[in-house]
Amino acid sequence: MTSQPDAAASAGHNSHQPDAQTVERLRERAQFIRLETIRLIDIAKTGHYTSVFSAAEVFSALYYDVMNLRRGEPGWDGRDRFTIGKGHAAVGLFPIYADLDFFPRDWLDDYTRLGSPLGDHPDMRKVPGVDFSSGSIGHALSNAIGMVLAQRWTGKDYKVFCMMGDGEMQEGQVWEAALFAAQNRMKNLIAIIDRNGFQLDGRVDDVMAIEPLDEKWRAFGWEVHSVDGHDIAAVTALLRRLRADETREKPALVISKTVKGRGVSYMETDPGWHLGWLDPSDAEEAIAEIRAQVI
Amino acid sequence: MSGPKSPNSWQYRGLNMVNPGLDHLSNGLIDLVKAGHNVVAGSADLQYSNGLNRFATAYPDRYISFGISEQNMVSVAAGIATTGVVPFVATFASFMGLLTCEQIRMDVAYSAQPVRLIGHHTGISLGFYGTSHHATEDIGTMRSIADLTVVSPSDGAQLEAAIRASADWDQPIYFRIGRGRDPVVYGAGTEFRFGKAQVHGFGEDLTIIACGITVHAALEAAAAMTAAGRSVGVIDMASIKPLDRDAIIEAADRSKTGRLMTVEEHNILGGLGAAVAEVLTDEGKGIRLKRHGIHDEYSLIAPPTHLYAHYKLDGAGIRSVAEEFLRG
Repeated sequence: MTSQPDAAASAGHNSHQPDAQTVERLRERAQFIRLETIRLIDIAKTGHYTSVFSAAEVFSALYYDVMNLRRGEPGWDGRDRFTIGKGHAAVGLFPIYADLDFFPRDWLDDYTRLGSPLGDHPDMRKVPGVDFSSGSIGHALSNAIGMVLAQRWTGKDYKVFCMMGDGEMQEGQVWEAALFAAQNRMKNLIAIIDRNGFQLDGRVDDVMAIEPLDEKWRAFGWEVHSVDGHDIAAVTALLRRLRADETREKPALVISKTVKGRGVSYMETDPGWHLGWLDPSDAEEAIAEIRAQVI
Repeated sequence: MSGPKSPNSWQYRGLNMVNPGLDHLSNGLIDLVKAGHNVVAGSADLQYSNGLNRFATAYPDRYISFGISEQNMVSVAAGIATTGVVPFVATFASFMGLLTCEQIRMDVAYSAQPVRLIGHHTGISLGFYGTSHHATEDIGTMRSIADLTVVSPSDGAQLEAAIRASADWDQPIYFRIGRGRDPVVYGAGTEFRFGKAQVHGFGEDLTIIACGITVHAALEAAAAMTAAGRSVGVIDMASIKPLDRDAIIEAADRSKTGRLMTVEEHNILGGLGAAVAEVLTDEGKGIRLKRHGIHDEYSLIAPPTHLYAHYKLDGAGIRSVAEEFLRG
C-alpha cells in the first residue's frame, strides 16, 4: 500500500525513498526489536508482545533513520523527540535505546527486576532516551505539543514525533490536544496512530468505533496520511518526507495500518495476546518464525 | 446605542479594574521575566478571572491560550518544562485540583517537571457559582501527590513573594490562591520561604494554624481574644508542603491548655488540619486539636462573605469556635 499524501506535501516524494541497503538494515532492526521483545518479556514473565510487533517497523524507521539523534547523547537538546501514548510498548523501545548507547546494554538483562529502571512503561526519570514518561493513555500528544510549543522560547529547531494507539482515540484529551496543535499550526509535530485494530476488550471498532479516522483528523485541521505500517520502505519514505517538509503549515498525522502481533502467526489472529508470556518452547518457535520472515 | 452611563457598571474584561487584587499573579510573573527567567503563562479560557490578561498584554508572545481544555493544558505545560522553559498554568482550583489531578501526578510531579500550577478562586470563594466551582478537596488531592510542593498564600503580597521564591525551587508547585479579594495581611516586600511558616505569635491558651484567606480572619479572632485577656497566637501555614513541622511542635509545646486549632477554607478531611494532626501524632504531643473548616459537606451557595459567616470562617466565627473549644 502506498501513502496518500495531501497535494502540498507530495513534492519530492521519490527523493525520500530509502535505498535497498537502508531498507534491508531497517528491516533487520525491526526483527531485532521483535526478538529482543521476546527475550525481555521472558525475564518479566509477562508483557505486551503484540503491541510492539505492530509498531516495530515504525520504531525502526524513526530511531534508525528518520529522527535526528546523536548516538550516546540521549539528552542532546537539539534532538528530535518521541513521545508514546501506548507506553506498554516500551519493551520494544528499550533495546533500541541500549543499541544507541543511551544506557548500558546490560540494563536490559534485569528488565522489570527489583531496582531496574526498565519497567512495563517508560520512565523519563530513570531511563535515558525516554523523552517523556508514559502509562496513562491520552497524555502523549499533549506532552509532544509542549515540546514543540517551547521552541518559541528556546529557539531550538527539532521535530517531535508522537505515537498513539488506535484505542487511545477514545480518550478525550487527545482531541483537546488535536485542536490545540492545529490552532497553533504545529508544523514540527508529526503524530502516528498505530492502527492495529485491537484494544484490551476486543476490536477497537466493536468496543468504541473511531472511524472515519482520516476524516476526523482532517476535520480537526491536520494533514493526514495513511501507510502500510509494516512496509518499511513506505514508512521510511513517508516519515522522511514529512520530517523534511518545510512548507506544511499544520501538524501531520500518519495512520499506520498494522497488524497486532505481526510476525508471529497465531498472535496475529488472537487479540488475547495483548498481554502474555511464551513458554521457552513456544518462544523458540516464535523466534524461528520471526527469523524466517521477510516482512 | 451608547454604553452604560454609570461608572459603577462593569463587564468581564474589566474585572481587574474593579478588582485590582487580580494583578498580583501577573505582577509576580512579570517580575520573573524582568529578572531574566524564561517563564511563560497560560490559562484555560480564564485569563480575565485570574488576571493573567495583564501578563498577556505585557508579554503576548509568552502567553498561551489553551481554550477550555484543562487536561491538555497541564500535559502541555509538562512538555514545555522538559525544555527548560518554566510554565505557569492557571484555572479554577476546582478543576486544577480534581479534573487534572491525574495529569498533575503523572506528567508533572512523577515526571519531575517544574510546572507551576495556579488553582485560583479556591475554597468556597466562588460563592453562588456552586459546588462545581468550589474547591474544598484540592489541598487533600495535591498534598498526597509525592514530589509536589503545595503553597496557599494568604494575600496578594505573599503570593508575589512566593512566585519570586519559586525561581529557586526545583519541584513543581501547586499555588492555591483566592479570587484576588483577600484582605491584606502583609505589606509589599514581604518574604516567603518554602517550608517556613509565618508565625504571628504563639499562644499559651491557643495557637490557631491557618492558611489562605482564613489567616486574616484568624488574626482578627486572635486580636479580639487577646483583647479579652486570652493568650492567642496565629501561624500562617502558607507552605502546606513542605510543612513547617517545627512551628507546629513549638505551638504544641507552648500551649498551656493542651489545645491547638486549625482553620482552612477546605474540607477538614485531608487538608491543613489533617496535615497538622499527622505531625502531632507523629510527635506524640498528646494535644487536642480542633480542626475547623468545611465539615465534610458540600457548601451552600451564597455571596462569599455570607458563606464565610455561615461556616464561621470569618473573624467572629473563628473566635466563637475557638472560645467554645477552650471551654469544652
